[in-house]
Amino acid sequence: MNKTLRAVWAFIDERFQIQALAGFAKKKSVPEHKHSFWYFFGGICLFLTALQIVTGILLLLYYTPSVDGAHESVQFIMSQVKFGWLIRSVHSWSANILIGALFIHMFSTFFLKAYRAPRELTWVTGFFLFVIFLAIGFSGYLLPWNELSYFATRVGTDIAGSLPIIGKSLKTFILGGSIVGQATLTRFFWLHVAILPLAAGILIGLHVLLVQILGMSTPLSLKGKPVREIPFFPDFIYKDVLGWVMILILVGVLCVFLPWEIGKKADPFAATPLGIKPEWYFTFMFTTLKLIPSHIFSIEGEKLAILGFMLGGALWLLVPFLNRRASRELPSPAFTVAGAIIFAYIVVMTILTYTLHGL
Amino acid sequence: MNRRKFVNYFLGGSLGATVLAFLYPVLRYLLPPGQAEVLQKRVAAAKVGDLVPNSFRIFKFGASPGILVNTQDGQLLALSAVCTHLTCTVRYEGDSGTLYCPCHNGRFDLAGNVISGPPPAPLETYKVEVVGDDIFVSKKA
Amino acid sequence: MKIPAALILSFLLLSGALLAQKNSCVECHGKLDDELKAPVEGFKLDVHQQFGLGCQDCHGGNPALDDEDKAKDKTFKGAPKRAQVPEFCARCHSDSAYIKTFNPRLRVDQLDLYKTSRHGELLKKGDTKVAVCTDCHGVHGIQTAKHPRSSTFPWNIPQTCGRCHADANFMKAYKIPTDQLGEYKQSVHAQALYEKKDLSAPACNSCHGNHGAAPPEVKSIAFVCRQCHPSAGELFSKSPHKKAFDEMGFSECDACHGKHKILRPTDDMLGTGGGAVCVQCHEPGSKPFVAAGRMKELLAGFGSEIEANQSLLDRAERKGVEVSDPKYRLQEIHTLLVSVRNLTHALDLADIEQKVGEGKSLLVGVRASGEAALREAKLRRTGLVVATVLLILFAFAFYLKIRQMKNRPKA
Repeated sequence: MNKTLRAVWAFIDERFQIQALAGFAKKKSVPEHKHSFWYFFGGICLFLTALQIVTGILLLLYYTPSVDGAHESVQFIMSQVKFGWLIRSVHSWSANILIGALFIHMFSTFFLKAYRAPRELTWVTGFFLFVIFLAIGFSGYLLPWNELSYFATRVGTDIAGSLPIIGKSLKTFILGGSIVGQATLTRFFWLHVAILPLAAGILIGLHVLLVQILGMSTPLSLKGKPVREIPFFPDFIYKDVLGWVMILILVGVLCVFLPWEIGKKADPFAATPLGIKPEWYFTFMFTTLKLIPSHIFSIEGEKLAILGFMLGGALWLLVPFLNRRASRELPSPAFTVAGAIIFAYIVVMTILTYTLHGL
Repeated sequence: MNRRKFVNYFLGGSLGATVLAFLYPVLRYLLPPGQAEVLQKRVAAAKVGDLVPNSFRIFKFGASPGILVNTQDGQLLALSAVCTHLTCTVRYEGDSGTLYCPCHNGRFDLAGNVISGPPPAPLETYKVEVVGDDIFVSKKA
Repeated sequence: MKIPAALILSFLLLSGALLAQKNSCVECHGKLDDELKAPVEGFKLDVHQQFGLGCQDCHGGNPALDDEDKAKDKTFKGAPKRAQVPEFCARCHSDSAYIKTFNPRLRVDQLDLYKTSRHGELLKKGDTKVAVCTDCHGVHGIQTAKHPRSSTFPWNIPQTCGRCHADANFMKAYKIPTDQLGEYKQSVHAQALYEKKDLSAPACNSCHGNHGAAPPEVKSIAFVCRQCHPSAGELFSKSPHKKAFDEMGFSECDACHGKHKILRPTDDMLGTGGGAVCVQCHEPGSKPFVAAGRMKELLAGFGSEIEANQSLLDRAERKGVEVSDPKYRLQEIHTLLVSVRNLTHALDLADIEQKVGEGKSLLVGVRASGEAALREAKLRRTGLVVATVLLILFAFAFYLKIRQMKNRPKA
């Protein structure tokens, strides 16, 4: 058995020249310390993305992106296709877990200041990946064409349309017209299965390449102290896989006991259901818009909030360049505090969405 | 067998079994299911010849009943059979050429319009196509 | 001196406009209080005002004049006395040529109908306590019956009639019951009207008439109910009850369902049990008694089997299996149950047996689907256990491998 494997390896290596790569991989090492637990989240995001791609490709086989057929095809997948309920539920559950993991990955790298020089571009590519994945989530949510997804899309695109200057044309571009209809469904499908995954793929490639080239960042608090290193292959990758297996078990349990609902087919003429809200990962912004007073210093409160978020996003993107102290390998408590406030804000706003009366 | 070899076999074996356990559902998924036609957009309501003139049949359209009528002069019409008053199922009355709801005496014409009784709104009409031997009913655009 | 024509014209128009707006009735009464001011306030929303009519069209007088005595000229009628109100309103409302100019479809027979009603009869005899036009329609601020604020809008009618008919003190002299409104409010018709906002649901006038209001005679009650429930009526007419009821002078629907407190019929109304209506007449052991018992058995059995299947499908759905198709079929079977329950009016036991049999055989298919769904749910859980066990084994194997890697001599 071993002899055959060695022969296959030699055959491939002669043609693809993998030895050099294998050599690099063997030398790759990962620091192990009290904060190294957070290193796993990058790999978790990658694993869940792969899961999404696989289940997504399988769903493509039976899904139809038309207003007459979308809801029915999802119903068909859930009831008639063998294991369709499983594939679809895995896709829906993993999507939410993935976004949760992205949040954790993003905040852990923020607090560990992993973005400091020379890893600024890793942060930048990561930021754009975050935005892309939120867009993938938003576009995917419409595809089952049920009541909740239709109205959540209406609310979301209305907010985009309220942006100053570019709002109206942006909304028309997103919707493919003036209303949420067939054009929107086609467009969201195009984004969800082609454009956004392509963009994500390119950025993931850059992001992972940078991590390979630059190695894992060690937190400032451990500077100067000797840090144990473990080889990536096979030690770290095995631990990685262990984590993935745990997540897979979790997803399995969720899908069997809480399969994703099909919902009522969207009816554009129906009244908006009470308490309509977007997916949980957008709710902190949604609730901010709901709670903000209608006017602040004669500027519309909602517009101010949206601009605030955009500004916040821009600052978040530029953190590696703004945090001068970190790039000089100095502690920067101001940024830690700012990050903690932002994190707390997101958590509190998300919880309020589901607990506050009348939202 | 030494410890190392055992661990390797254990690993390989459990990996193989897990992969198979995951591959099985995926392969079953790829095989086409029994009922190939997914859409309720277009339903084969009946076969030509099932309905004599001046009769009707109730068929399943999506999640609710539809009514297929063969009128006195042999015209095929299809509408939603759900009465807009309190959702009873309507029927076709040959003598009057109207759709009648037995629950509270509601009456509709063959275009779905309310003629008399409590229904507050007309019945939705559907498109009928005869393809070969089958009568297909689909929603209008 | 030539005065420009335009100037003269505008002067005429202006004065014409000013004169046209002059309404001394409104001006004076608007300055008074309470009862005397009320007509001004109320009339603002009145349907007569919307048709361009004013105070003088009903009460006479000349509103163009400021002086009170001069304004109340010889055409002035003032406020009519209660006994005169019907004739007062009918001056226009029974004049078809006049009403036609405002609303060609408006009826003009209200006064004639009123004269045939109990209210009209008693008024003729001199009883002014009875309802006249203004008691139901209001005085100044009358709305059409299509307007939700109108006291004659369907869901306001019970309250309008109830103002007198539910007042025990007021009705003492007439020696008729005053519990109708209370009973009606408990009925399924009231529920439809008030809760479901179904305007086709009957209120007092649907069965008693509007202007010709009178209690329907015994044999009329059935005709009244058949307006909306023809199938029950037709079936009843085919049953042996029809002849019997007619001979005994029982009213058809009222005998079992009541008049005002018509509740949603339940299976308990059938058969031989406590709440059954059949035992009101039929002796234990008699043929009808036995038939009633059998009918109840069939219906109750069918009903509970449908319920059992419903909970079976609900259970499967809760476990995550998609059961929309059997649910649709069950819904159709439920429709069959509703029609079978209606069949009890015909008292045709054979027919009921046959239909129930039909339903039960359809239920077999639903039960099969439901049980298959539960099996699918079980299968999923088993599959999960298998997959989880394999994953745990795999994870354990990994753990051993990691430990092994850690403990190997460094390369």
